[in-house]
Amino acid sequence: MTVTPLGIPRRLLEFTLDGEPARVPEGATVLDACRAAGRDVPTLCEGDTLTPKSACRVCVVEVEGSRTLVPACSRRAEPGMEVRTGTERVRHSRKVVLELLASCVDLSTTPRVSGWVKEYGAKPDRFGPDAARLDEEPRVDNDLYVRDYGKCILCYKCVDACGEQWQNTFAISVAGRGFDARIAVEHDAPLTDSACVYCGNCIEVCPTGALSFKSEFDMRAAGTWDESRQTETTTVCAYCGVGCNLTLHMQDNEIVKVTSPHDNPVTHGNLCIKGRFGYQHVQNRD
Amino acid sequence: MDLRFGDGEPTDEERAAIDALLGPPRSSWEGAARDGTEAADLRWARGGREARDRRDLLLPGLHAVNDRIGWISEGALGYLCRRLTVPPAEAYGVATFYAMFSVRPRPATVLHVCTDLACAAAGADGLCAGVESRLGPGSGVSVERSPCLGLCERAPATLAIRAGDPVRTAVSAPATVEAAVRAAGAPDAAPEEPPAVTAVPQAGDPSLTLLGRVGVVDPASLDDYRAHGGYTALRRAFELGPAGVIREVTDSGLVGRGGAAFPTGRKWQATASRPDHPHYLVCNADESEPGTFKDRVIMEGDPYALVEAMTIAAYAIGAHTGYVYLRGEYPRATHRLRHAVDQARARGLLGDDVLGQGYAFDIEIRRGAGAYICGEETALFNSIEGYRGEPRSKPPFPVEKGLFGRPTVENNVETLVNVLPILTGGAPAYAAVGTGRSTGPKLFCVSGAVERPGVYELPFGATLGELLEPAGVREGLRAVLLGGAAGGFVRADELDIPLTFEGTREAGTTLGSGVVMAFDDTVPLPRLLLRIARFFRDESCGQCVPCRVGTVRQEEALHRIVERTGADAAGDVALLREVGRAMRDASICGLGQTAWNAVESAIDRLGAYE
Ligand code: SF4
Ligand code: SF4
Ligand code: SF4
Ligand code: FES
Ligand code: FES
Repeated sequence: MTVTPLGIPRRLLEFTLDGEPARVPEGATVLDACRAAGRDVPTLCEGDTLTPKSACRVCVVEVEGSRTLVPACSRRAEPGMEVRTGTERVRHSRKVVLELLASCVDLSTTPRVSGWVKEYGAKPDRFGPDAARLDEEPRVDNDLYVRDYGKCILCYKCVDACGEQWQNTFAISVAGRGFDARIAVEHDAPLTDSACVYCGNCIEVCPTGALSFKSEFDMRAAGTWDESRQTETTTVCAYCGVGCNLTLHMQDNEIVKVTSPHDNPVTHGNLCIKGRFGYQHVQNRD
Repeated sequence: MDLRFGDGEPTDEERAAIDALLGPPRSSWEGAARDGTEAADLRWARGGREARDRRDLLLPGLHAVNDRIGWISEGALGYLCRRLTVPPAEAYGVATFYAMFSVRPRPATVLHVCTDLACAAAGADGLCAGVESRLGPGSGVSVERSPCLGLCERAPATLAIRAGDPVRTAVSAPATVEAAVRAAGAPDAAPEEPPAVTAVPQAGDPSLTLLGRVGVVDPASLDDYRAHGGYTALRRAFELGPAGVIREVTDSGLVGRGGAAFPTGRKWQATASRPDHPHYLVCNADESEPGTFKDRVIMEGDPYALVEAMTIAAYAIGAHTGYVYLRGEYPRATHRLRHAVDQARARGLLGDDVLGQGYAFDIEIRRGAGAYICGEETALFNSIEGYRGEPRSKPPFPVEKGLFGRPTVENNVETLVNVLPILTGGAPAYAAVGTGRSTGPKLFCVSGAVERPGVYELPFGATLGELLEPAGVREGLRAVLLGGAAGGFVRADELDIPLTFEGTREAGTTLGSGVVMAFDDTVPLPRLLLRIARFFRDESCGQCVPCRVGTVRQEEALHRIVERTGADAAGDVALLREVGRAMRDASICGLGQTAWNAVESAIDRLGAYE
């Protein structure tokens, strides 16, 4: 069940998108407008439940009068703006950004990225065999989820989800700077020594699989993870009266992970430890 | 907010350092010793909002611990977090952002040895090697290779910092291995630095406007400042009223001296007219552009000028609090400015009733902690607010939402100090100096292969050659770096470039912050370019992909071609160009956007790698 709150009607504003007139409600981003017009703009740090940090820069577009390219995910559309999404300049930046990313982290579990790499002609290998990579060992320090920062693109989504935008636990943050910046808890301790309450909301928003369920991580390691054999069932969490929506991902009749629908107007994809991880009792067959 | 603090307890000294800044804790909530009165505490849930409003004390708190102990332990960080209601993970993220802090144990004394451009040209490599061999493990000194220390006119430079109460510092420049080692061993006994005026080769020239008082006035004496014309500009400002001051500054044609060259009057007007309050004034004294030291010289030699100029700016825009964000590596400037602010406050020139005019204004000094990026205005706001010094995306612009989300004017030291002659001499007289679009006097930081390095003041429009002439260029000039690491190189045969914003733009280069660094043909260009690339790699905040990874890929490419030219280098030069173009187009802030400028200009104008 999806309920979309209507809110007060917003005025429409007009601008130009790739030479064509476009109309979007006031407050819409350039990305919203592109999507409404059927343009495929790649995005990584943008997420449907969070305010984007606009850090990945794959969604950049050209805006007339702007010295640099602008991120479509956060720039609001303005009346009379002239936006171009497919120029050589735009395509060049997207290509290089994809190359830079793919040359330093493992994007193998990032949905859609291989398609964009092809579409933009990115060649991540061209920085040579000695190009610095993150190459970190996955951190397996608790039974619920694994942090594999060798896959992390530093999109800040997990930090925002754990912090002021959703969970208000502030267990994780970006530490260090530049190429050495990493997501970390204080003093880079194991998660079990941190403030983490294992709500898994950070896993929910992670776009790369750098954060994943331990169950998924183990099955991938064993070669048994197979999304084509998985089914999804959305149901209501039975633990407490809030009644959050759960989507159970099943493979071979076992729950392999739990997500939550982002379009739910109450929870927006967020759960607590019980809803997210407390599924063992469902399949307890002893 | 649902905070969990670790088990680490601060040592008595760490606790004392933090309490000296924040006052003693008032409850066990805040980390006071448990003494059986906790029951009362439970009913008294202080902390919460009141404490969260003090998040901006996080950076001073980290300084307090680092200054006293030399590094920041888990216990100290935890206690500071408890006192300020800051999540430990976030505070850790902040502490690890700045180069001057360490979250691992290290010796109480850190010796920063500058290995940046001017120092490299003056033999920093040898100095560093010598120092390192003398101060090996067990010496009780940690030797750190540092980016530009802002002492380029006395290159090579070192700065020793010894933790304790109080923290002690010693600058050694020009440094020898002997002198640097001695300064690190006994910072108290180190010979005093030469006075600020030694950095002003034109001292005594009656035509100097901005530097006129440096060396003439006693930087510690408010009376002496007044005797030399101090505070006449502020009196004039009160006569004109805020709108009149803004009109005068607008008519003067003053544009920001930090590099972006935005009209100052327009910026002030935009902030002054915002209906939401409070308004803030922020003085950017972070000056971390390699090769820049003019703000240091002003703050060391004529600190009251900055205090007065800030008071005028604040009055014009309707701000009652001004922050000076001062480079952490400038101990003497910090000391002098702090003294000036205290004196001005004691004498009613700051405080509730400035000059008896019923206008309230005060200045807070905040020390940076070693992060070039904090010179970017929005990163600077984040830093003051107690967050990582990462730039914000714009819009919104600072005049609408700046420091603490309020309308804010940010100007650098040089820009502000220009306001004094505008008010004392009037806008028309000011605008008559310089050229039509670049008005007034301009400061240039000349260093490198010249006989008389230092800060020079010239009217806009003088040529590069006219600037270098009095500085005495040495034989065999190969190139001049204009505008610092974010600027560009020009050739030795381009000395007729006029030093104005429009003139340098026409010549395909930039004036930037006013850096003019000369290099002779003994300097290995590829090594220099590699140093620039490393600088940007080290200083990238890491927020956006083009800059975080692009700076690394560029440094790698420059490494590969450090001893190659022509066809052997062509592939990597092409790679540099492609990455550089995306960085310029797609990075969030000016750091990533300009990180490739200098190297590109060296390839295009100097034929590096040909
Ligand atoms: S599981 Fe929840 S509390 Fe733990 S780090 Fe992720 S978002 Fe934060
Ligand atoms: S762990 Fe995932 S969500 Fe967090 S910053 Fe990295 S990629 Fe983004
Ligand atoms: S350009 Fe560099 S310094 Fe600026 S925001 Fe991006 S990563 Fe940070
Ligand atoms: S999706 Fe827009 S910058 Fe990342
Ligand atoms: S002090 Fe060393 S380069 Fe500036």
